[in-house]
This record gives sequence, C-alpha cells and structure tokens, in this order.
Amino acid sequence: MASIQGTILDFRRLEELAGGDTALHRLDARAKVLSTLAYLLAVVSFDRYALTALFPFFLYPVAILSLGGLPAGYFARKVALILPFALAVGMLNPLFDREVMVRLGPIGVTGGWISCGSIVVRAALTVSAALVLVGVTGFPEICRALERLGAPQAFTVQLLFLYRYIFVLTEVGGRSSRARELRSFGGKGLGIRSYGSLVGHLLLRTWMRAERIHMAMRARGFTGEFHTTAQSRFGIRELLFLLCWSTLFAVLRLRNVPQFLGALVTGPPG
Amino acid sequence: MHMADALLSPAVGGAMWAASSGTIAYCSSKVRKELDDRKVPLMGVLGAFLFAAQMINFSIPGTGSSGHLGGGLLLAILLGPHAAFLAIASVLVVQALFFADGGLLALGCNVFNLGFFPALVAYPFVYRKIAGERPGHARVTVAAVVAAVAGLQMGALAVVLQTVASGISSLPFPAFVALMQPIHLAIGIVEGLATAAIVSFVRKARPDILQATVEAPKGGRHPFRNVLLAFLAAAFLAGGILSWFASGNPDGLEWSIAKATGKTGIAWREPGIHRTLAALQERFAFLPDYSFRKSPERRSESAGAGPGRQVSDARNREEGGRIGTTVSGVIGGLISLALVFLAGFLLKKRSRDA
Repeated sequence: MASIQGTILDFRRLEELAGGDTALHRLDARAKVLSTLAYLLAVVSFDRYALTALFPFFLYPVAILSLGGLPAGYFARKVALILPFALAVGMLNPLFDREVMVRLGPIGVTGGWISCGSIVVRAALTVSAALVLVGVTGFPEICRALERLGAPQAFTVQLLFLYRYIFVLTEVGGRSSRARELRSFGGKGLGIRSYGSLVGHLLLRTWMRAERIHMAMRARGFTGEFHTTAQSRFGIRELLFLLCWSTLFAVLRLRNVPQFLGALVTGPPG
Repeated sequence: MHMADALLSPAVGGAMWAASSGTIAYCSSKVRKELDDRKVPLMGVLGAFLFAAQMINFSIPGTGSSGHLGGGLLLAILLGPHAAFLAIASVLVVQALFFADGGLLALGCNVFNLGFFPALVAYPFVYRKIAGERPGHARVTVAAVVAAVAGLQMGALAVVLQTVASGISSLPFPAFVALMQPIHLAIGIVEGLATAAIVSFVRKARPDILQATVEAPKGGRHPFRNVLLAFLAAAFLAGGILSWFASGNPDGLEWSIAKATGKTGIAWREPGIHRTLAALQERFAFLPDYSFRKSPERRSESAGAGPGRQVSDARNREEGGRIGTTVSGVIGGLISLALVFLAGFLLKKRSRDA
C-alpha cells in the first residue's frame, strides 16, 4: 500500500457514499447481498473461454451505480487498480494454452489469449459488483444482513467491532509510521528492530484501548448485540429486486446474448 | 496470495464457502463458550490493529525490499486459535469488500487459506509444540519462523489446488507449485521474524498478555463439536468431489488427446461411438442441455460472431462436455450455499434454544 493516509481517505469515501438516500440505499441489505451473490455465481460459472458472453453482465454494476447515484469515475479507478493483478495472472495462460481457437481473417487467436481476456473481464465484473454493493449498502448493514441470513452472532459482532476501530487504529498506525520515517535517515532505523518495538507499542496501546472499551461496555450493559434505530424488512420490493435480477442473470447465463445480437447484424453464421 | 473470484469455479468457491462457514460457526461457538467477554472488544480491536500493522513496512537488509506483517500467527499467539480465526476472517471480509482483495465468492477460499492454516493448524501444532510453556527469545523466534513458514506453505498449496481445480487459469499444477512455494517460503520467513520481533517485545513489556492465552481454560467437550467436525469433514469431501467434477477428468483427457494429435482442425468425424455416446448423454442427462441442439458454430461462445470464423471440431466437442460440467457446477455451488445457510440457520436456532 503506497500511502497509509491515501488508503484511509479512500476507505472513508466509500463509506460516505453508502450514506446516500436513494431507493436502492433504502432497500433491505439482504436483497442486495443475495442478488450480488447470484450475480457472482452466474459470472464465475462461465466456461474459461467465455469472453463476449460475459459482457452483458456489466449491466448490473452499471445499473446499480446509476440508480444509487454513485460516482462512476471513482469506481472505475478502483476497478482499474485491480486489473493489472488480474492481467498478471492471466498472462500465463497464453504460454500454456497455444491452440488456435478462433480465426479472425488471417489472425489466429489462441485459447490462452481468450481465457486471459476472460480472466480480466471476470475480475472487472466481480470486483465492481463487490465495490458497488458496499457503496450502495454500507458495511454495518451488510453485517446485519449476514446475521439475519444466519451467520453466527459472535462473528457479526466481531465484524462490527472491527469496522468501528479500523479508522481509529489505521490513523494511529499511520501517525507512528510517519513519525518513524521522519526520524530515520538513509534507510537507517527502518529495520526489523525498530519495527518490532513500534508495532509492539501499537499493540500494547490497542490492548489497553480494548480494556477501556470493555469497561465502558460493561458499564452500559452491553449484551453482545448492536442495536439500530432503522429496522428494515424484507418486503415485496426486496423480493421483486432479487427476483428480477436473478432472472436476468439466469437468462444471460443460459443464452449468449452478444452472439444473438451479432447474428442479427451479420446474419446467421455458417 | 489472496485467491481471486476471477480464477474460481462455482463448485470450488461454494465448497470452500461451506468449509469456511463451518469453521466460523465452530469457532463462534467455541468463543462463546469461553465466557470471557473481555475478548469481544479485544478481538475487534486487534482485527483493526492487524489492518494498521499490515500498512507499516520494515526494510529487509540486503535486498532493498520491504516486508510487512500478515498477522495470522500473531493473532493466534495473542488470542488463541478460535478467536484469532474469527478476527482474521473479519479482516478478510473487510478487505474483500473495500479493497477488492480477492472477492466475495473467493472469500471462502481466502478465509480458509489465510485463517484456518495459521490459526488452527500452524499455531496449535507447530508454534505451541516448539515454544512450550515459557519460551525464551530464541525459542520464540524459531517457533514463529517455523510456524509461519508452515502456515504459509499450506496456504500457498491450497491456493494452487483451488486454482487448478477451478480450471479457469491454464497454469499446470507443477509450474504453479514451483512458482508459489518458494515465494511463500521467503514470505514465511519474513512473517515469522516480524511475528517474533513483536512477540518478544510484548513478552518483555507485558508478559501477562501472552500468559493469558497459554493458560486459557479449555472448553468442555461437547457433542456439538463432533457434529461440527463431521460437517466440516463432509464439506471437505464434497469439495473434493465437486472440484474433481468441475475440472473433469474425461474432459481433460479429451483435451490432451486433442493436443497430442496436434493441429487445430483435428477431425472427430467418425460417426460411430462418439455420436452414439453423445446421443445417449443427451437422452439421459439430468439437466438436458440447451446447447446440444444448436449448430456447432453458435455453440462456441468465444468471441463475436464474425464471418469467416472457424472453430475446430475438437473444440466443439470439448465444449459440449464442458457446458455440462459448468451447469452441474452451478447447481453444486447453489446447493452448497443453501447448505451453508441452512446450517447457519440451524446453528442459530440451536444457540437460541441453548
């Protein structure tokens, strides 16, 4: 991670977006979590050589982006940051899979290149779906949805606690790290010795913070549950949302829409 | 070494989700039984600490590069295996959602690779065995390095197995292993040294923190645990079988035959046995497949339907076999997901009744 401060800012931004108040934001989180899962399953279930058939699936993140009033450029940048990693993994495919699959005039395209492209497209689709889910739902709501879908309470409480203190501790950690960098010279003092005591101190402070939180919790009668004021329920709108998207995903998975569209333009193949 | 959604098949993803959910449920019940409510905020805050610590680098002498903590082993040393597993899993959930590290479907794999191995295997069976009750500095260092290396090697191997079983990447198993294991040997040594540095510091400053985990009360034996272990074993078994189906031996065989006989335009024109088999398959298929009825040209879904495009017969044949496995993969994935939530629902009900 290049800059700790930058990472925190980025993190904050995504959280702030989730505070929006569109119809999508108001939808019960369970509907959004489940339709995202249906989406991911549909995308990853494609054959490794599927490339164009995946394209219609961009519809989902794009639709959510626009319906949720999220800034498309911001999400596009975040997705673009991931793509080099996907490409790095996919780049090995052309080395091992050299059979020519498709001929476009004189150019033979090997299976490896097609599956490499497929990996990159898959990465873009799955990453954008996850980011958009957070942008339109918010992490605490996702945790509550998981709990209402049957995740153990100890785990969801852990998720919420973690989320509450990430901002606090990353900022403390970022400050310590910057202080050490400012005091080091020519790479001196950045080794494992100073690291051990720096992170050790951070750990001890964290530990004492946890003890304070525990006492505060006890004083307020915490029973292991986070309460919310707004109680959403899984109503007809949620059901419709989930059903419509799942049906669309099923259709897109089973019928190769781009091929159909292509055939309309070029005439039936063969 | 986060596993990514883009490399995953639904069958492998679903099976690993089942395994990880089972482990989360098991660890949750364990943590609840410990009845130490100090641990609730401690786990959360230490998860957040891990986040912060992962951002702080230290320079590695002689290489010019820098390393940072993974932290699975450190959390296990501080919190004990079960609480540590939950904390690592929660960190991975946040990473998947906010930083797109891995992905949501790959979460099952990542929780298993980065949580299960260091916290529930390397810590109890390697670190504790070497470190003993009251270890000195040298002993802590050796134990941490060996345990970190062991945990990361297992995790890296799991990544390779999951990727190969998914069959999206065409990287062959030996090449992938030869790539992953040495890299993670180096990462493991760095991780172990960093862990040892922090543990040694804590041991000097607040030895009581480390002692508390060693002396943590053992949860009483319970039939519930056996049920969960059985569930886990079943998930593994299902995972193995499903993955085997997903990557498909017959499929791979056909592939290698196509490759061995060479060129692109290899002919499978004999009308005999293959056609009969295909007809049989069509008649008896559990999920009669839409694509058998299409013309070969339309059946292959790769690339746009441009004119002058030729697709080899071998490929078409392969596709016919593969589409069957992907559909069954989806069904398999859905079934395992349904099972996960059913299990979660039952567990929740159980814990309410108790």
